[in-house]
Amino acid sequence: MAKTIDQHFEDLRGTRVWRSIFRSGTGSSTLKRALAIQQNVFLHLFSTKVRTRMLSVSATWYLGTLTLGTFLILVATGIPLMFYYHPSAPQAYADTKDLEFVVSSGLFLRNLHRWSAHAMVFLVFAHMFKVFYRGAYRTPREFNWVIGVILLLLTLLLSYTGYLLPWDQLAYWAITVGSNIASAVPVMGEKIHFLLLGGNAVNANALLRFYVLHCMILPLAAMFFVAIHFWRIRKDGGLYSHDSEPATVRANADAAATNAKEGK
Amino acid sequence: MADEIKENDDVNRRQFFAKLGLGSLSIAAAGTAAFAYQYLEPNVLFEPSPVVNAGKPDRYPLGSVTIDVNSGIYIIHSDEGYFSLSAVCTHLGCMTAWKPELNMIACPCHGSKFEQSGKKIEGPAPKPLPWKRIWLNDDGDLLVDRSTDVPPLARDSFVRV
Repeated sequence: MAKTIDQHFEDLRGTRVWRSIFRSGTGSSTLKRALAIQQNVFLHLFSTKVRTRMLSVSATWYLGTLTLGTFLILVATGIPLMFYYHPSAPQAYADTKDLEFVVSSGLFLRNLHRWSAHAMVFLVFAHMFKVFYRGAYRTPREFNWVIGVILLLLTLLLSYTGYLLPWDQLAYWAITVGSNIASAVPVMGEKIHFLLLGGNAVNANALLRFYVLHCMILPLAAMFFVAIHFWRIRKDGGLYSHDSEPATVRANADAAATNAKEGK
Repeated sequence: MADEIKENDDVNRRQFFAKLGLGSLSIAAAGTAAFAYQYLEPNVLFEPSPVVNAGKPDRYPLGSVTIDVNSGIYIIHSDEGYFSLSAVCTHLGCMTAWKPELNMIACPCHGSKFEQSGKKIEGPAPKPLPWKRIWLNDDGDLLVDRSTDVPPLARDSFVRV
């Protein structure tokens, strides 16, 4: 009798090559399932166990996960866009138009990149509001909130630097206005403005600088802080759930809530 | 007794090398920061010259306000003579426009308004539009130096032909 697909997968998991890569072994015991998470370089950032309640939509609305999703879409669409885009003043606008009208599926990729960028900014804010109103930023999660604020800034900077790249009138004046805001910084504002643009006005140097920031420096920084952000969830006791807080923390939160209700 | 003196004043070999190592790393880090700063600051800029040739004065009839969007300046021919204003809004650097029907200069970005003399009518712009140095060269062309501000309405800030 022919083997089922499941049996083929079972055979694959038993091979020497598979076992040399995934050491935790087969089986669905609690230990084996925990090891599968703990021994995977990507998954070991996360907790090996999660409360079922925390996986429900109502607990988090999946806002953090959705933010990660948009970020992954942005990486997956951004890299192909780089194959057709030259970050040089005479070429950038023409390349953007080529992506829209000439390159196969270029319009789809560019629009997916653009809409995901808007969605990511929205989702980051929504995620932060959800965390704030649930009180999930409280001890011992203060540091992860700070990491979250850094990630918010990185998201906004990614959005801002990407805005210049089409090199049209909207981009040019938006970056002119935005970089002039930077010159309002006391004492070193003019210097920051000059270094950011690589000149006194938005020109070819500014385009190249924003391109490098947008495609290399800021995404790498975002990945670095996202890794810390996820790892801290595990280190701070998993996803926040009021029931799972230590008794003292819970009592404090309850007292604060009561006070707020009574208007003290 | 000997131990106390050692704690207070002496640095043992391990501490000495640790300090030497940290010190060297700090100096190297400061050097790298200075290097990076200098590297990121361009020494040569391929930007247009601040001095703009605005052509012959008779291009600008009496009472006209003419913008040159490429250089970001107005050439205004008033009763007192020719003068030049920066067209770059003092708020966040947008290009303003002359509105003949309103007899004022307005910024499309955030709604700042200025008089023909550059005086601010309405914010958010914090300052009036600066006057720029204007003069006639030997060929009889009007030249404007965008890098030099001159006092508004002053006698020397006009060119009379």
